[in-house]
Amino acid sequence: MSLSRRDFLKTSGALIVTFSLSPESTLAQRLDGASSSQVDGWLAINADGTVTAYVGKCELGQGLYTAQTQLVAEELCVPFNRVKLIQCDTALTPDQGTTSGAQSHPTNFNQGALALAGATAREALVEMASKQLGMPANQLSVKDGVVSSKSDASKKVAYTELIGGKKFNLPLNTLARRKNAAEWTVLGTSVPRVEIPAMATGAFEYVHNVRVPGMLYGQVVRPPAYGSTLMSVDESSIKGLAGVVKVVVKKNFVGVVAEKPWQAMQAATKLRLSWTAPAGLPKQSEFHDYLRNRKPTRDTLAVNSKDVDERFGQTARMVKATYHYPYQMHASFGTSCAVADVQSGKATIYSASQAVYPLRSTVAMLLGMPQENVQVIFKMASGCYGVNGADTVSYDAALLSQAVGRPVRVQLTRKDEMAWENYGLAYVIDQRAAVDRDGTIIAWDHEAWSPTLGGRPGANNPGNVITGMLAGFSPAPFTARSPAPDPANFANNSNAAPSYITGTVNGRSGGTGKILSQRVLTHDVQSPFFTGPLRSPARLQNTFAHESFLDEIAAQVKADPVEYRLRHLADPRLIDVVRAAAQTANWETRPSPRAPARRTGVVSGRGMSCVLYEGDNGYCAMVAEVDVSQDSGRIVVKRLVIANDSGPISNPDGLKNQLEGGALHGLSRTLNEEVTWNDQQVTSIDWRTYRPLPVGAEIPKIETVLINRPDARAMGAGETAVTVVAAAIANAVFDATGARLRQVPFTPERVKAELGKRS
Amino acid sequence: MANISLRVNGRSVTLDTDPSTPLLYILSDDLALRGPKFGCGLGQCGSCTVIVKGQAVRSCVTPVSSVAGGEITTLEGLGSEEKPHPIQKAFIDEQAMQCGFCVNGVIMTAKAYLDRNPKASEADIRQALSNVLCRCHSHSRMISAIRKYSGGRS
Repeated sequence: MSLSRRDFLKTSGALIVTFSLSPESTLAQRLDGASSSQVDGWLAINADGTVTAYVGKCELGQGLYTAQTQLVAEELCVPFNRVKLIQCDTALTPDQGTTSGAQSHPTNFNQGALALAGATAREALVEMASKQLGMPANQLSVKDGVVSSKSDASKKVAYTELIGGKKFNLPLNTLARRKNAAEWTVLGTSVPRVEIPAMATGAFEYVHNVRVPGMLYGQVVRPPAYGSTLMSVDESSIKGLAGVVKVVVKKNFVGVVAEKPWQAMQAATKLRLSWTAPAGLPKQSEFHDYLRNRKPTRDTLAVNSKDVDERFGQTARMVKATYHYPYQMHASFGTSCAVADVQSGKATIYSASQAVYPLRSTVAMLLGMPQENVQVIFKMASGCYGVNGADTVSYDAALLSQAVGRPVRVQLTRKDEMAWENYGLAYVIDQRAAVDRDGTIIAWDHEAWSPTLGGRPGANNPGNVITGMLAGFSPAPFTARSPAPDPANFANNSNAAPSYITGTVNGRSGGTGKILSQRVLTHDVQSPFFTGPLRSPARLQNTFAHESFLDEIAAQVKADPVEYRLRHLADPRLIDVVRAAAQTANWETRPSPRAPARRTGVVSGRGMSCVLYEGDNGYCAMVAEVDVSQDSGRIVVKRLVIANDSGPISNPDGLKNQLEGGALHGLSRTLNEEVTWNDQQVTSIDWRTYRPLPVGAEIPKIETVLINRPDARAMGAGETAVTVVAAAIANAVFDATGARLRQVPFTPERVKAELGKRS
Repeated sequence: MANISLRVNGRSVTLDTDPSTPLLYILSDDLALRGPKFGCGLGQCGSCTVIVKGQAVRSCVTPVSSVAGGEITTLEGLGSEEKPHPIQKAFIDEQAMQCGFCVNGVIMTAKAYLDRNPKASEADIRQALSNVLCRCHSHSRMISAIRKYSGGRS
């Protein structure tokens, strides 16, 4: 059932395209996530005039399929509806690593990869036309896949005549000229998402809908808690149950395969297993102290001017604060699902993994077969927002299919998804600032602790997620390192450094601010739970602390929060988004708090927050307006104004959709979300014990200001808005009430406790 | 096992199945329908919603035997890509989703509610959706789409 690229192309009538790469370079690609250097690896002009593009970045709900289709149509000068994409299939598409980290727009829309393939192909086609028509290339233009003379439209030749059904045999030309944004007719417009009509009518095929002939259904049985190992399996407990095909055990991995899904579910529920006592968990109420004191640590300095302590000694005023962030979960809306067919030494995996090539490698490790024998085919699932259960359930399906020698579909239960996923990072962050007599910040000191265990499996670590660990692989080892080495250059990809410092390392300044005296130190410590990237990993937590703290300092020196930001910022594009958000929100210039006349009832306030995401990947500023009930402690966010600059805008409505969703996702995480546990087990195991904002919730009016920079580098936009929400709300609550919220989520109990501390 | 007859989207089917099987499994696995989806299996999120006798029903916690003989409508029973139902068209026009996995629950719950309460206010609609989730948080566009659909009918 595994379809080779050759077969696929035969049946689809598309051009047969192969990678003309040596085995060595193929291997290198897999390891570093690089992509094909040949046009034929990316694009095929078919004999019927349609275009097939092969992409290694996939649709996850963020609109990338449509945007990439626009890009190909634009660069090739063909109609949008003539382009079809094949996404993330290890037998067919270039290896572009992982679709994550707001990196797809920068990777495929700048001078490289997919965009470059399109530009190279167009130039090559014009060159071929020039020869065929006997006219210089600069006298030709291209429209709808036809190259014609600018002066005599009757002189023309179509792409299909030039190359239809044949290979380019051409390397990507790094100097190929991308079309100017001014020339765009498809890219830069709000083309509606290709999948939405099918999604709205129940026709769309998610990975959950993949059905393979002879397919069985599996359910896994996870341990009762972290640290429990399997002692025995009592198969007699499910004896006589209809449809059961097999109980599969591999070390601590247990699963049941049955003819029907409901039969598998019942068997998994009834199967009696005995497990050793769990390892026990640290007390949740004391967890942040636990993190701060946990040894060993892995220490990293983003920047260290080595004069911070001296500056604090001389300073007129010092401001200090500590911020706390909980573990949160991806909590994907549909539980993770995969279909695996492992037979005769070969494996085909239908998976919603963000990382098909790395998954191929770790599935091969798990199954004990060469990775050449594994094909991973991406199929969309519900939104993942990072490393949810997609990889782990692919392992589940692969192990069960290997054991029964037939295709097996596994979809996790809600509890198995939530109790065992790789949680978004908890954080403790200490901030300290020195302020001179004029009220200007002259030194910033940041020290953070964050727990880590496992993560993305990458190419080598199946034990970084639960199934791999249960089947006998260890998570990537924790490597202690203390003290931190001096940084070699300034990188702010975790936004550990605030926007207000110069980020000066070895004489070069990579930051966006003006503060010269600066130290940014992070301690990773070992986590009792699996952790992994969750939409804006570390960036969101750090930004909550930075942007809240900036406001705390502004309040101490009685400065307006927007003016105070501008006073310490140097980067013109960051300044622009701050100004744009403030202006659109009709920001009232004055210090916070707004000195509430009364200590009861509902009061209102506004707050600002901003970020240059990952230090180089999207500018965003937000103004939040809130009402706070001082009696109940309930926060109602009334309005969010978002200004965003991610360079050239590929699809304005798609960008807007991302910013709106990111803002509300951030709101939900800020007000509602926290993973909870008792002394042995995670207790956030369903939608009653982990509660995102429901669709019917009272939500703010959201306004977006899209700053388009057609000539700038394309940046990401999927994680900018979500990053700034928590601080914008905390700052607005402070403005309204004078109470400072330093621990997410801002539950009514926490708000009331802080309100009670006001003098 | 028992023979159970259902009417799904106007078609009659008879299945030999365990009568305790949740309706969702029958719809998505035996009948290969893609509208109703497994989100939690606990009746908490709405992704499995179908309409039975005009009511939004969470098919993941509804034994198939309890709806035998009843008329069941799923998302694909409302309309198609070529000819979407007005509420589906409103969601398409507003681009009111991201991953789209939750949209079955949102559309089916809202439709069943508005069919019974054609004069519902926005607050009423929000109340009806107070136990429906969307993890991409496309809430504002979804509410706009429902308002557009609801306004277009009156």
